[in-house]
Amino acid sequence: MDFRHGEDPLLFQETVRDFLAKECTPEAVRALWEAKTGRSPALWKKLAEIGVTGLLAAEAHGGMGFDETTLVLLLEEAGRAALPEPVIGTAAVAVPLLSELGGPLAGEWLPRIAAGEAVVAVGHPVSPFVEDAHSADLLLLPSGDELHAVRPPDVRITLQPANDPGRRIATVEFTPTAATRVADGARARALLDAALDRGALACAAEALGVCDRLLAEAVAYTSQRKQFGKPVGSFQAVKHMLANVKVRLEYARPVVWRAAWSVAKASPQRALHVSMAKLAATEAAALGARNALQAHGAIGYTWEQDLHLWMRRAWSLEQSWGRNPFHLERVRSQVLAGRVPIGPGTTFLGGA
Amino acid sequence: MDLTYDERESLFRAEARAWLEANVPQAPLPSFDTAEGARAHRAWEKRLDAGGWAMVPWPKEYGGRGANLLEWLVFEEEYYRARAPKRINQNGIFLLGPAIMEHGTPAQKARFLPRIASSEEVWAQGWSEPNAGSDMAAITTTALRDGDHYVIQGQKTWASRGAFADWLFGLFRTDPTSERHHGLTFILVPLDTPGVTVRPIAQLDGETGFAEVFFDGARVPVEHRLGPEGEGWGVAMSTAGFERGLMLRSPARFQDTAARLVALLRENDAAASETLRDEVVRCWMGAEAYALETYRTVSRLLAGGRIGAEASLNKIFWSELDIRMHELALQILGDRAELLPEAPAAHGVGSWLDAYLFALSGPIYAGTNEIQRNIVAERILGLPR
Repeated sequence: MDFRHGEDPLLFQETVRDFLAKECTPEAVRALWEAKTGRSPALWKKLAEIGVTGLLAAEAHGGMGFDETTLVLLLEEAGRAALPEPVIGTAAVAVPLLSELGGPLAGEWLPRIAAGEAVVAVGHPVSPFVEDAHSADLLLLPSGDELHAVRPPDVRITLQPANDPGRRIATVEFTPTAATRVADGARARALLDAALDRGALACAAEALGVCDRLLAEAVAYTSQRKQFGKPVGSFQAVKHMLANVKVRLEYARPVVWRAAWSVAKASPQRALHVSMAKLAATEAAALGARNALQAHGAIGYTWEQDLHLWMRRAWSLEQSWGRNPFHLERVRSQVLAGRVPIGPGTTFLGGA
Repeated sequence: MDLTYDERESLFRAEARAWLEANVPQAPLPSFDTAEGARAHRAWEKRLDAGGWAMVPWPKEYGGRGANLLEWLVFEEEYYRARAPKRINQNGIFLLGPAIMEHGTPAQKARFLPRIASSEEVWAQGWSEPNAGSDMAAITTTALRDGDHYVIQGQKTWASRGAFADWLFGLFRTDPTSERHHGLTFILVPLDTPGVTVRPIAQLDGETGFAEVFFDGARVPVEHRLGPEGEGWGVAMSTAGFERGLMLRSPARFQDTAARLVALLRENDAAASETLRDEVVRCWMGAEAYALETYRTVSRLLAGGRIGAEASLNKIFWSELDIRMHELALQILGDRAELLPEAPAAHGVGSWLDAYLFALSGPIYAGTNEIQRNIVAERILGLPR
């Protein structure tokens, strides 16, 4: 039993953090908000060069061969920077989905993703919207009990302007054919279940970084803003509000790490652990958004102040890959129905 | 990262489980804050010690089992799973023990630790005074040097386990000219010392879980000082982290409460609203999060890390979770929630009401949660004082 990350994942996280601090500044994010596609192929290419896009792909496909326990560290950094690139859909969901599909599809698309030359969007019945469909080079879409791989010319995409300009969503229509079908029946269901868990895990990981950044912004602002002759951050009402966010954040992080482990190891409790992580992390981020705004006061309520870059991401992650009532029901149906062992010693398999 | 138990850890669990199954009393013991209960709990501790399970993470020479902190968590899981008695000497085993381990002389370690492990000597804590609660550095009880003794004058209060303990540890002002956290010394006081008077205080739950302790010229040998004179604050703070989380409040306790809450809900399923069911599930998730965070902390400590201000995060989290779980249990019990177990209509209320009252003390003792939030804000987040 060792709940620590190895040196390589931690170094990787640091690299990504430094990279995004330089390349994905609040000014850069705002510029992408204004851009037609909402994203930057150049930035995507650079992310590929440091290994982010192909992190989960096998080395044979040009990837890095890491697993989800490392992925969550990098996604935390994406959240910290409010990165508008499709890392969740493509790097966290599409890569493992394509790897499991295997064959020519994997052979064609995984190297392109790893090289930063392709975006692959994945749809799921849990949501009426598909993230980054408008900039996708390939779409993996459900249709009943089937999974289809569809090219952009064969789909009708209707963008749905939404609260977070850094995460573009759309409704997608297409006509499934035998030629586009890549899986059906139980196999398609299993692939879609796994995709959902990976998407939700990725949202949770990103939410950790969002929450941490919101907290950092609030601490920085309240440490310098003075009222009544002293920094507002020296008042207990403000301190306690921000301490509450820190408590939620620190008790969400190991839940996310454990869910990453369960996804990486295909644990039988994968879905349960992922839903717990999605709830813990996005709720921490939601509290972070709420309290960081309150700590800023009126200035936080402006478009000009950067705070809403992370507030919007906190809110959009809650909507993504299964809203929280969905995840709460998944946990509830396991725990209250006695489908999982509970009590002391049941946290990890092989315990009590 | 490896979130599986290795063979050594699994064997340890099996061994602990087998011993507990064979030895844990069938019927729950009376509360250790009663005379009868205190006797019964001391007898249980003696049995635990004879089996070598009294304080598993301590070195064998001090009455421990030489286990690591991970095995400690495993032991606690098995201990709560077996519904074994509460630890009457928790002040000694969880708070004073680690302090002696870190700051004691070899003679003090040999003298005190085995008797703490076996609960031959049960300890009360003497931090608070009538005018030094959250502001502990306002301590005024003095311990003035007179030859090879300290002469103690003043009063401690809220001394938990004071009513039935043998010894008290606490902070005393050895330099009467000093201020705040300077000039304080950590001293171990036998409660049968002439000049010491213990007056038990009835708590909210009606039991005498804490006491006032009056000192009127009580003479304590200098060798009962822990750490250097005048540096008691540092000695006390170095182990505060143990009280706020890992040792005193290991996750198994809250996981057990959560599991019993889920069971209570299932027994009273028809009466429960959707909201109540969701809230119960959230509590279960909270207890799991606490367990995961504790395992993460233990991994860090085993690799050489130390517990710092983050123990304040633990204290806030478990104490508020504990209250929430008991509030929900009372909601599930509905009309019966206010009944004492002996009420004729009480069938099945168990000890939820009593435990609720106890849970209410969580955000107060070991430093109120408001103090903990200040610590989080100032020492972890770096907000200005």
